[in-house]
Amino acid sequence: MERSHLHRQLVLARQTLFDQGYLDEQFIQLEELQDDANPNFVEEVVTLHYRDSARLIYNIEQALEKTALDFNKLDSYMHQFKGSSSSIGAKKVKAECTLFREYCRAGNGEGCMRSFQQLKKEYATLKRKLEAYFQLARQVGPIDTASRPK
Amino acid sequence: MMENGFSSPRSEAFPAGLRVLVVDDDPTWLKILEKMLKKCSYEVTTCGLARDALNLLRERKDGYDIVISDVNMPDMDGFKLLEHVGLEMDLPVIMMSVDGETSRVMKGVQHGACDYLLKPIRMKELRNIWQHVFRKKILEVRDIESLEGIETIQMSRNLSDLSDDGQLLCGDDVVSLKKRKDVEKKHDDKEVAENSSAKKARVVWSVDLHQKFVRAVNQIGFDKVGPKKILDLMNVPRLTRENVASHLQKYRLYLSRLQKENDIKSSVGVIKHSESPIRDAAGSIGIQNMINMQHNDVPKNTYGFLCHAKIVQSVNPRGSEFDRKGIGSIPASESKHTQTIDGTELCKPRSSQKEFGHFLKPWEPGVNLAACDRTFMSRGSWCAIPEIQMKQEHNPSCLDDGLKELPIPGQRLQMKADFIQQALPIDSGICTKERDVSGTETTKPLYEHRSNVSHVSKLGFTVNSSLLQAKTCIESNQAIGSISANPPSGKKSEFNLGCMTKLEPVPKDIKWGACLTSLDNDYKRNANLVSSSDSGINSSQSQTSAFMPNYMDNEPISSQAPSMKNQGFNLNCFADLESSQRCVDWGAPLFGASSDDLQVSWIQDDCYAMNLGLQNIDFSEYRDPALIGEVPVHLYDALKFDHVNSSDPTEYCVIDQSLFIA
Repeated sequence: MERSHLHRQLVLARQTLFDQGYLDEQFIQLEELQDDANPNFVEEVVTLHYRDSARLIYNIEQALEKTALDFNKLDSYMHQFKGSSSSIGAKKVKAECTLFREYCRAGNGEGCMRSFQQLKKEYATLKRKLEAYFQLARQVGPIDTASRPK
Repeated sequence: MMENGFSSPRSEAFPAGLRVLVVDDDPTWLKILEKMLKKCSYEVTTCGLARDALNLLRERKDGYDIVISDVNMPDMDGFKLLEHVGLEMDLPVIMMSVDGETSRVMKGVQHGACDYLLKPIRMKELRNIWQHVFRKKILEVRDIESLEGIETIQMSRNLSDLSDDGQLLCGDDVVSLKKRKDVEKKHDDKEVAENSSAKKARVVWSVDLHQKFVRAVNQIGFDKVGPKKILDLMNVPRLTRENVASHLQKYRLYLSRLQKENDIKSSVGVIKHSESPIRDAAGSIGIQNMINMQHNDVPKNTYGFLCHAKIVQSVNPRGSEFDRKGIGSIPASESKHTQTIDGTELCKPRSSQKEFGHFLKPWEPGVNLAACDRTFMSRGSWCAIPEIQMKQEHNPSCLDDGLKELPIPGQRLQMKADFIQQALPIDSGICTKERDVSGTETTKPLYEHRSNVSHVSKLGFTVNSSLLQAKTCIESNQAIGSISANPPSGKKSEFNLGCMTKLEPVPKDIKWGACLTSLDNDYKRNANLVSSSDSGINSSQSQTSAFMPNYMDNEPISSQAPSMKNQGFNLNCFADLESSQRCVDWGAPLFGASSDDLQVSWIQDDCYAMNLGLQNIDFSEYRDPALIGEVPVHLYDALKFDHVNSSDPTEYCVIDQSLFIA
C-alpha cells in the first residue's frame, strides 16, 4: 500500500518534470537505456552531467567577469554546455543556452549576463528536482523505477 | 529481453560486433553513446580526447570500423581529426554536434564526414551506422574490380549496369554526387590547409615515381597491396614506408572517386536509354567507341574527363527537374511569363555551376588550383549574364518560329545545360593544356547554334505538349552534355582537321540561310558572325554538326531549344575574345554591328579573358612534366577516349545530311 503510493508519487513527479518543461524526450531515451547491466543508468548520467557541467559553468563565469568579453570564447563554452545539457534532456537549460548564444552572436554582453543568471537558476532548479526524483525512485526500489516506456 | 549489450554474441551477423571508436570531450555523452552502441551490439571504444583517439587509431590501424566524433573538442577540432582519419585510416567518420547550423554540417560533410548527427543522438540513428562501413566496403570491392579488370571488364560491367541496376543508380545520383563533392572538397581544403601527410611525405611524386608505384601496385595485385610490399618492389632509395602509404591512400581515394563517377555515368546512360529508343543506338555506339579507343590508344582506366561530362549531366537533370516543377505553375508561355521565369532561373544555373566547380577542382590535383579557382569564380557571374541576354533574344525567336506552343521554360532548361557545358570545356582546356583551346572553345558554342538554328528553321517540331518537352529536355540535356562536353577534351587539332575534311560537304550555308530568314536581328548577327568566320571556326563547325545529329535525330524538339540560348552566349564569347585580343582574327571585325550585345558581353570580359589568358599564357606551365606528374595519367587517357567518342564524324555526318534534306 505504502509502496504503491510511493510509486504513484514517483510517476507523478516524473510527469511533472515533463509537464513543466524541465525535461524533454532525451530523458526518456536515457530511461530506455537503463537495463540490468546498468540499473541506475539515468541517475549515473545525470550525476555525471552535473559534475562535468560545473566546470563549464565555472569557465563561463570566469569569462563573463572579464572587462572585455570574448564572445567567441563564451559562445564556444556555451556550445559545450549546451551539448552537455542536451545529454540529459534539460530542456529549460538548453533554451537558456540558445538564448545566451544568440546574445553572444549579437555581441550583447548585458544579455549574456542576464541569460546566464537565468541559466544558472534553471540549472540549479532542475538539479534539485532531479535529486528529489531519484531519491524517491530509490525509495520505491529498483524493481519498478519510473514507468519505462516500451 | 536481451537488454544486455555486453553479452552480444560475436558470431552474430555483420552489424553486430562493429568496432566503433567514439570521441567526445563530454563525458556524459561518451557514457550515453557507449551504452547506446553497446545496445546495438557494437564493440565500443570511447575516447575523451581527439589526440588520444588519433593515437589509438594509429596504433591499431585495422582496429576500428568506424569513428564517431564530436565536432567541438578542446584539444583538436573535430574537423581536423576527421581529416586525419580520412587520410591516414580511410575510415568512415560520423560527426556529431548539438549545433545543426547548415554551415557547420556542410563543413563536416565537406571534410569527409559520412554523416552528421545532431545531439541529442537517438538510438535508432546509431543502429544504422553500420551502413557506412558496408558502403565503404562495397566501394572498395569495386575499386579492386576496376583496377584488375581495367578497360574491358569495366566497360562491359558498365554496359550491364545500364540494363540491370542502372535505374537504381539513377536514384542515387544526387546522393553520390554530393558525396563526391564532399570528398573532393575535402581534398581542396587539404591542399590549402597544411596537411599532415603532405608534411610527412616530402617526396615529390614525379611521373616516373608514380609509374613505378602503379607498376608495383599492379604487380602485387590491388587486393593484396600494402605499403611495405610496394616499397620493396619499387626499390627507391630514401622513400619511406609512410611515403608510400600515404600515396597509396590517395591513390585509393582517387580510384574510388573514379569508380563513383563511372556509376553515375552509367546511370545517365540509363536515363537516355529508357527515354529514347533511338538514342539507344547512338548511345551504345558511343560506348563502343569508348571501348575501342581505350584499347587502341591507352591501356588504362581512364575516366577522368568523361567523368566531368557525366557530372555535368547528372547535375543538369536535377536542376531541370526543379525547373520543371516551376514550369508547372506557369502555363505555356507568353512573353511576360517567361520574364518571370527568367528571374527565378537566373540563380539556378549559377548554383549548379558552383557545384560543378567543386567537382572539377580535384581533377587537377597538381595543376594550378588557384588559377582554376579563379575561373570558376568568374563563371559564377558569367553564366548568369548570357541568360539575361537570352531573354531578349529568345522570346522573339520563339514567336518567329511559331513555337508559341512550346513552353519556353523547357528551353531554359537546356540553356542551363549548355552553360554548364560551356564551362566545362573551358576548364578542361585549362587543365589539359591543349593548343587550340581558345579557338575551339569559343567556336564551339557557335556550332551549337548553328545546328540548332537549322532546327529552328525547320519548324517541324513545333507542336508539342509541354510535358513531353520537359521530359525530353532532361534527356537532351544529357545528350548535349556528352556531345558538347566531349569536344573540349578531344579538341586535339589533328582531330579537328580530320573532322573538317570529312564534313566539309555538309551544307552549312543552307542552314545559315534558313536560320537567317526565320530569326530576328540578333540572330542574324550571330549567324553572320559565324558564317564569316574563318576556317578555325569551320572546323569546329563541322565538328558539331557531327555531334548534333546524335540528339537532333532523336529529339528535334528539345534540341531545338538550346540553339536559341546559345546565341547569347556566343556573342559573349566573341566579344570576349575580341577584347582580349587573343582571338583568332575573326572575332573583332565581325563585331562592329552588334554593339548592344557587346555591352552585355563586356561585363564578362574579365572572366573570359582570364580564361583565355590562362590557356594561352600558362600553357607552357601545364606542359611542365613536374606539374603533370601530379595529374593522374588517366586524365590524359580520358581525353583521347572522349574525343573518339565524339568523333565519329563520318557516321553522324550522314545522319546530319539526311536530316537537312528531310
